[in-house]
Amino acid sequence: MIEIENVSKHFVSRDRDRVAALSNVSISIRRNEFVCLVGPSGCGKSTLLRLVGGLLPVSQGRVMIEGKLVAEPRAETGIVFQSPTLLPWASVLDNVLFPLKMMKRVTPESPARAKSLLRLVGLEGFEGKYPRELSGGMQMRTGICRALVHEPDILLMDEPFGSLDALTREELTLQLMRIWREQPKTVLFVTHSIPESVMLADRVVVLSSRPGRVLEIVPVEVPRPRQFGMEALDEFQRAASRIRQLIFGVAASAVH
Amino acid sequence: MLPIAAIASLLVIWEVVCRLFAIPTYIIPAPSAIWQETSALPGNVAWHTLVTGKTVLLGFLVSVLVSLPLAVLLTSSRLVAGAVYPLLVLTQAIPKVALAPILVVVLGTSELPRVVVTFLVAFFPLVLSIASGLVSVPPDLIELGRACRASRWTELWRIRLPYAVPFIFSGLKAAIALAVVGAVVAEFVNADAGLGYLIQTSTAFFKVQLAWGALIILSIMGIVLFQLIVAIERIFFPWSPGIDKPTV
Repeated sequence: MIEIENVSKHFVSRDRDRVAALSNVSISIRRNEFVCLVGPSGCGKSTLLRLVGGLLPVSQGRVMIEGKLVAEPRAETGIVFQSPTLLPWASVLDNVLFPLKMMKRVTPESPARAKSLLRLVGLEGFEGKYPRELSGGMQMRTGICRALVHEPDILLMDEPFGSLDALTREELTLQLMRIWREQPKTVLFVTHSIPESVMLADRVVVLSSRPGRVLEIVPVEVPRPRQFGMEALDEFQRAASRIRQLIFGVAASAVH
Repeated sequence: MLPIAAIASLLVIWEVVCRLFAIPTYIIPAPSAIWQETSALPGNVAWHTLVTGKTVLLGFLVSVLVSLPLAVLLTSSRLVAGAVYPLLVLTQAIPKVALAPILVVVLGTSELPRVVVTFLVAFFPLVLSIASGLVSVPPDLIELGRACRASRWTELWRIRLPYAVPFIFSGLKAAIALAVVGAVVAEFVNADAGLGYLIQTSTAFFKVQLAWGALIILSIMGIVLFQLIVAIERIFFPWSPGIDKPTV
């Protein structure tokens, strides 16, 4: 469904310096597949996500979704950013409905759909609250509902759980997997956590440090539905180990 | 209760000091004398208050109507900003006290030059505040707008302007205070009515108590208008963080 073909991206900084962010990246993602992007800091994973989302133009190569070139943000793509970025002046419900309002696609059924999404993530009863009254985890859950309200077929997530505490991370990881099971869609998930990537993904794309290149695409054979506790499984350890090896080198991934 | 008690005790001290040291009324009149002279002709004083109030509100309104599109224009393109901003700074560099008599010659001796002077005094901090708010929008929110395929207008109306509301209101608070100053300055130069005119004429006749009375009325006017804006912000934009509000 998503074809990233020989994509390179560079930025020109203020002092005319050329910074290469991505170098010749090619990835093919199937419909309804859950793919994680993992790599060291600065490897261009967020940049790659934005290229797929149509928020940045490619410098070389092309990104195609369902055979069509990506030149601008697509209405059927949902994006979850690193910070919840909720509108402080709107209630939780209005925040979730925001993309529909922006795209002028609000229907009489929209509020009901938004409410059912909030129920799905455990925020039932919070529709009228304001962002400042929510915890970080609740704000992120609202952000996820917002990305899902217009029924996208592709979900792009940029380290969404990065700023949350470990317990909330586990909870949201399970909730995300449940949402993905019940409403299948193609997901591209950026993370800097190896265990998180293996827990979530069908395949993990490992990027090198800047300029980001695809080192390897590691398949994850852990059976679904997945639970915390499955980290002990061989399949899990194999995948995690391989990813660690790619990122840190052979010595770092030696199993004792 | 505390501010009222503080002001009341201040008035009492003022009155006592004036009587105790027998300070001449033309230097500092006692509050009782101010009250006596000012309330002698209530209709007259009320009329002057109304005239000044009208100038203040008109000047303020024009400031708001001009500042908003101007700020949007300034923040829309660097080219426009480069062209318009120096002109704005120029308007501030000209002392309004010096400009006022010239405006009277150009525009006539009506209320118009007074409203123009009030506007010129009040609008600059308002434009700056609004522009500042419009460009302070976090890039995350702008990116969210782009991800939702918002047009430039939708982005302005639904993201940038709401985000700028606290900034706009801080500009409005500054502007209303300045509008009072501007109106009085204009009245000093050209007026046949108004509290500024009253201050000028009463001091010319050494009726200092009346001048002090007008001054106190002007201060009250400024405070009331200021608090009106604070109230509007609190009622219509409760999510807006103001410096006068306790942080959650």
